[in-house]
Amino acid sequence: MSLNTQPNFHNPDKRYFYDYAPGDDFYAMLIEAHRDLSDEHSALLNARLVLLLANHIGDLRILEEAITAAKADL
Amino acid sequence: MLKTYQYPKYPFVRPAELDHPDETRHVPVVVVGAGPVGMCAALDLAQKGKPVLLLDDDDTVSIGSRGVCYAKRALEILDRLGVGERIVQKGVSWNVGRTFFRNDEVFSFNLVPEPDHHRPGMVNLQQYYLEEYLVDACRATPGLEMRWKNKVIAVTPSDAHVALRVETPAGAYSLTCDWLIVADGARSPIRHMLGLDIEGKIFMDRFLIADVVMKADFPAERWFWFDPPFHPGQSVLLHKQADNVWRIDFQLGWDADPELEKQPERVIPRIKAMLGDDREFELEWVSVYTFQCRRMNRFNHGRVLFVGDAAHQVSPFGARGANSGIQDTDNLIWKLNLVLEGKAPATLLDTYSEERCYAADENIMNSTRSTDFITPKGNASKTLRKAVLTLARQHPFARKLVNSGRLSVPSFYVGSSLNTPDRDAFNGRMVPGAPMDDAPVTTPDGTPSWLLNHVGNRFQLLYYTEDASTIDAATVATLTRWAIAPVPIEPLVIATRGTAPDNLATLQDSKGRVRERYDLSPGSVYLLRPDQHVAARWRALDPDAIDAALARATYRDRWTD
Ligand SMILES: Cc1cc2nc3c(=O)[nH]c(=O)nc-3n(C[C@H](O)[C@H](O)[C@H](O)COP(=O)(O)OP(=O)(O)OC[C@H]3O[C@@H](n4cnc5c(N)ncnc54)[C@H](O)[C@@H]3O)c2cc1C
Repeated sequence: MSLNTQPNFHNPDKRYFYDYAPGDDFYAMLIEAHRDLSDEHSALLNARLVLLLANHIGDLRILEEAITAAKADL
Repeated sequence: MLKTYQYPKYPFVRPAELDHPDETRHVPVVVVGAGPVGMCAALDLAQKGKPVLLLDDDDTVSIGSRGVCYAKRALEILDRLGVGERIVQKGVSWNVGRTFFRNDEVFSFNLVPEPDHHRPGMVNLQQYYLEEYLVDACRATPGLEMRWKNKVIAVTPSDAHVALRVETPAGAYSLTCDWLIVADGARSPIRHMLGLDIEGKIFMDRFLIADVVMKADFPAERWFWFDPPFHPGQSVLLHKQADNVWRIDFQLGWDADPELEKQPERVIPRIKAMLGDDREFELEWVSVYTFQCRRMNRFNHGRVLFVGDAAHQVSPFGARGANSGIQDTDNLIWKLNLVLEGKAPATLLDTYSEERCYAADENIMNSTRSTDFITPKGNASKTLRKAVLTLARQHPFARKLVNSGRLSVPSFYVGSSLNTPDRDAFNGRMVPGAPMDDAPVTTPDGTPSWLLNHVGNRFQLLYYTEDASTIDAATVATLTRWAIAPVPIEPLVIATRGTAPDNLATLQDSKGRVRERYDLSPGSVYLLRPDQHVAARWRALDPDAIDAALARATYRDRWTD
């Protein structure tokens, strides 16, 4: 396994007819989560999300790849 | 300004009603508003043989910079109405969009990712041409009476009919009708007269919309910039239209002064910065817009039926305005036609509202998401967008998240009460409620054609078999048993080879695309609606199931009287 950077958003409970739609659902969910938060709380929300998702992935080799990809030309 | 287009002026003709003020004329259907949506409604109904009176308060086509992009599905509907080819011939067809962030292209998309479709993803054409061609078609259609400079000033609905008061340069007159189709645009005077609400939100941003004439060698593609060096911090969109006219949208921000920004001395330097100093261009039209997303909570109110911008509005980043309004009429007119003929209960029109409110919600959702991405408010949204745009150069998943406008595509009415749920297993996307996918076919005499040119305007049974010449007499009898039913169903045989007996319409699936897209096996049957949506499908012919599905798709199973 290596870091998957192909489009991968999906929802087994929902039938999608257009390829951009599941990603847009995710993005809208994320923006909604930030609505009305102060900058400090938004940053904290992002950090907590990273931790939750990182634990879910678990495999440190993938997490290391992700950190490298995120840091590239920052 | 404006050099490439001569606005037609259509003559006002003194209505005969003015000479008979003590009689009130009654007509079955009045359409108010000769914009693209009202004209499609009137054309569709008149082509079905029903008299239509179309009233408009103006005497020309849409002025200035409005609709540009007409999507594949709208073109297919315009094809059904006989206007599509003219639009495609005059317009600029395109499928590719490119997105830039600062100096770099981050990705491109293709609107029609698979081959073998008749119409392109989009055709760009100034709205006045679309309207001019529709006016020509309306004027050539018997039974369709168009009246310019006829302004509806009062509407009084009752259980029995709708009464109208109409003002003209020669005086006012009254009319009654059974059904009133309201296509009077975003401000909808009739919606106000009836005190009906429309709810939604306005986006706190302003856009400079410029049409410029130039001989340019940019390709026929949609180009979208986030934060370009020539317009820092904002977005810019470039589109090619007919007659060497280019549409440029500049995001200005909420604090911009619309009157000031419209001045040529402000506009010209912006465009120069974008094009580079040496390219020659002339301004054709400039306006500053704000946009909103909103819809009425239902589109049918008794005998009054709202369509197009009168019923719903979206920001233009998905080109979903006129495109979705045209789809409203596609959905409404076959239903209204059945009701006018007394072949379906009036409650069938509730499904117009149901299906098109669902579509409007999808359009508003997509348009709102695009607007949120293009004009992010708040630091968190801005940071997330920057993250997406910087990852997009490298990573395919991030490219999919870049939202510079999800361009108009038709809704799949998956939850519609007209659908018969699948009993048999099928793959692919042609589920009950789906808008039909096009595919290349060949007619029995060998002429290449397209599937969608052979469907629409009536219920049809699409029946697949490998060799059409082997269809037996019993199958012919079943396929033709609805020929003289109150709501007839016409058979259409799709075959790999051969021609069906007894003059059954046959199309050959020349490239195998129909079979592939509809997941057909020998004996598979689709029941198709007059608006080219799937109503039901089975793996084998079952007359009882077809009867039930037709009754369901027309609400004939819900007659109460
Ligand atoms: C900048 C911009 C870009 C756009 N780009 C696109 C695009 O790319 N693709 C797209 O699909 N859409 C686009 N749109 C949206 C599109 O222009 C509208 O959705 C479309 O015009 C709606 O059509 P309509 O027939 O519902 O209403 P309208 O075109 O507004 O027509 C309403 C008609 O009703 C008449 N009328 C009003 N009141 C009365 C009355 N009381 N009596 C008689 N007649 C009356 C008016 O004179 C008018 O002719 C864009 C809009 C803007 C502003």
